[in-house]
Amino acid sequence: MQLARVVGTVVATRKDPRLEGKKLLVLRYVSPEGKDEAGYVVAIDTVSAGYRETVLTVSGSSARMAEGCKDRPVDTAIVGIVDSVQIDSGSR
Amino acid sequence: MYLGRVVGRVWSTVKNAEFEGQRFLVVQPITPEGANVGKCIVCTDMTGAGAGETIYWVRGREASFALPQPEVPADFTIVGIVDELSIKREAKP
Repeated sequence: MQLARVVGTVVATRKDPRLEGKKLLVLRYVSPEGKDEAGYVVAIDTVSAGYRETVLTVSGSSARMAEGCKDRPVDTAIVGIVDSVQIDSGSR
Repeated sequence: MYLGRVVGRVWSTVKNAEFEGQRFLVVQPITPEGANVGKCIVCTDMTGAGAGETIYWVRGREASFALPQPEVPADFTIVGIVDELSIKREAKP
């Protein structure tokens, strides 16, 4: 999983019918400290995440195991909303 | 499989039900020499690893095979704690 922050939404009318009814969000990858990292991604939301929330994303074929994504053309899914991240100083 | 070091933890209350009871650890990928390489990732854990420990992890669909429930949406899982690494280097001419 990777940490990311919700930065926007995607609206698409013409799409694969198996994606109908699924919420699409634009994410920016972030470091455990909350700093922006390179790259944006569009992900299917399975946990009702909101704007600016930090979330956990899975990518690749594991994304199809996320809730309600079985047998759908999905390669990145949001599977959790992050409450907090603890970094043990000295181990970085 | 890849080497990494556990550097922290992530707490999440709202998550897919398959993750109930799972620990999420922040892992920094490292070289065999112990230098940081690449971005931190968040792994599910099967080993009980703790902060500062060197571990190895699997990525992709195989990561969920390591977990007790078969259909977990996990893409990185810690599958072992490293006791010792031995790297043999070619002598420089």
